[in-house]
Amino acid sequence: MKILVCISHVPDTTSKINFTDGDSKFDTNGVQFVINPNDEFGLTRAMWFKEKQGASVDVINVGGAETEPTLRKALAIGADSAIRIDTTPTDGFQVAKELAKVAGEGNYDLIICGRESIDYNGGMVPGMLAGLLKANFINTCIALEVEGDKATATREIDGGKETLIASLPLVIGGQKGLVEESDLKIPNMRGIMQARKKPLNVMEPAGAETATKAVKFEKPAPKGSVKMIDADNLDELIDLLHNEAKVI
Amino acid sequence: MSVLVYTESEDGKFKKGALEVASYAKGVADAMGTSLTAISFNTEDTSELGKYGVDKVLSVSNDKLNNFNASAYADAIKQAVQKESSKVVVLSQSANGKYIAPLVAVQLEAGYVSNVTDLPESTSPFQVKRTAFTNKAFKFTEITTDIKVLGLSKNAFGLKESEGAASSEAFEPQFSEEDFKIQVESVDKAKDKVTIADAEVVVSGGRGLKGPENWGMIEEMADILGAATACSKPVSDMGWRPHSEHVGQTGKPVASNLYIAVGISGAIQHLAGINAAKTKVVINNDPEAPFFKAADYGVVGDAFEIVPKLNEKLKEFKEKNA
Repeated sequence: MKILVCISHVPDTTSKINFTDGDSKFDTNGVQFVINPNDEFGLTRAMWFKEKQGASVDVINVGGAETEPTLRKALAIGADSAIRIDTTPTDGFQVAKELAKVAGEGNYDLIICGRESIDYNGGMVPGMLAGLLKANFINTCIALEVEGDKATATREIDGGKETLIASLPLVIGGQKGLVEESDLKIPNMRGIMQARKKPLNVMEPAGAETATKAVKFEKPAPKGSVKMIDADNLDELIDLLHNEAKVI
Repeated sequence: MSVLVYTESEDGKFKKGALEVASYAKGVADAMGTSLTAISFNTEDTSELGKYGVDKVLSVSNDKLNNFNASAYADAIKQAVQKESSKVVVLSQSANGKYIAPLVAVQLEAGYVSNVTDLPESTSPFQVKRTAFTNKAFKFTEITTDIKVLGLSKNAFGLKESEGAASSEAFEPQFSEEDFKIQVESVDKAKDKVTIADAEVVVSGGRGLKGPENWGMIEEMADILGAATACSKPVSDMGWRPHSEHVGQTGKPVASNLYIAVGISGAIQHLAGINAAKTKVVINNDPEAPFFKAADYGVVGDAFEIVPKLNEKLKEFKEKNA
């Protein structure tokens, strides 16, 4: 089985979010970047397929040279090779089109994306990629098994879960649950050394067009201070929730 | 030209999210000076949508669609857009809405903006406000394509009633074999349980509760308030509660009217997930817990003493105000 894992290079979850250039761009100053957590669950599941079923695993990212450490980390975790499409995207549709060109030419059986990246939270790339490739698509996957050309996937639905059967090629939008948090792999020294020798192919972009553009960013208005309520006066809390906040 | 809204239903009845998304789409249609058409699947009585601004309902009735099917639904929405010459498609950010929106966008070569929180800032150029960085910021986005797809954040707009009645028209989209390639093996859905996505109130527990055996009082509070239960990341990582209850940057976002956090210190990733909740109550025995800075109301003390007392008082309050 030939697997492609799409990797997004995102600010660490603890990052403070600031903007620059008249609030038109994300301020990367002092920000640590990581593999998008939803992609990391998918990458770890791909490693399981590699170890147990002999799959090959490529990782791919659309981004500038600054994203290479993130791809190298994916190689250190165990991916066989990496592809970087050399452009700085500004729109999810553009990312999906760039990925679709390479993914289509690579004849992958399984393409694993995170259900969304934790920066712009568009949640559109997996579905758009599947649509462009005319491949089967299952979103918000929390379990995935593959036998032959048949995949069994469980997805999260509002208030429960649903198990689906689909033939390959398949694109999934994955998340926590594909593997347990405790199963996530931390690259060891051997992996890091091996990653240096693994291929990281830089490809020219197809020049895909965007469908949206960012006008500006804004941070939420600062919050008023908390009203502390004495633990012996819970009636006051109920009164405030009823009469002031009007939420009960 | 019209605005088209996908109205989600369950067991033949519209979900609250469908009425909210219709209310919002009516606002978009008004701003564009056009009408609002809804597409519904296997819903017998569609008249309710008229109250929320829908002028016409394209009613799809097809036994093959009794289970949700992203590919077929997206195909039908595309055909409805073509039939109505719609310029804007609005969907809810439910699990199913998020599933089909990108498929619809690809089929229509349309720009898609998810997590929209407000009516468009302007319709020419078409600019909308959405959340980004897991509610740590807003992003104003312009959609540059002819057709636009919008995903409305849950509880962002609320229900707005309108005068008028919706006409209903049977709609029979053409499906291909490809639409039915993915088969549903099983659906496991908790009945009579409020989901985090739909809940007006969410009651959430953290590590401060010390173990899964202590969740009874959280569930009791949720029962009293008609709330959904939730938890922090460490709690789901330790297996005390299911992943589906994990709230935060890598878990579920919460946009309820009230969020009650018990024994949760308030890591930045958790706070990102609950930023969109309107009123936040924090109960924690550590007065230095960072969550108090993000809260509207705070109580410092032992959860094991406070929560049972609060439950009794909430019960009395609910009985009095029933």
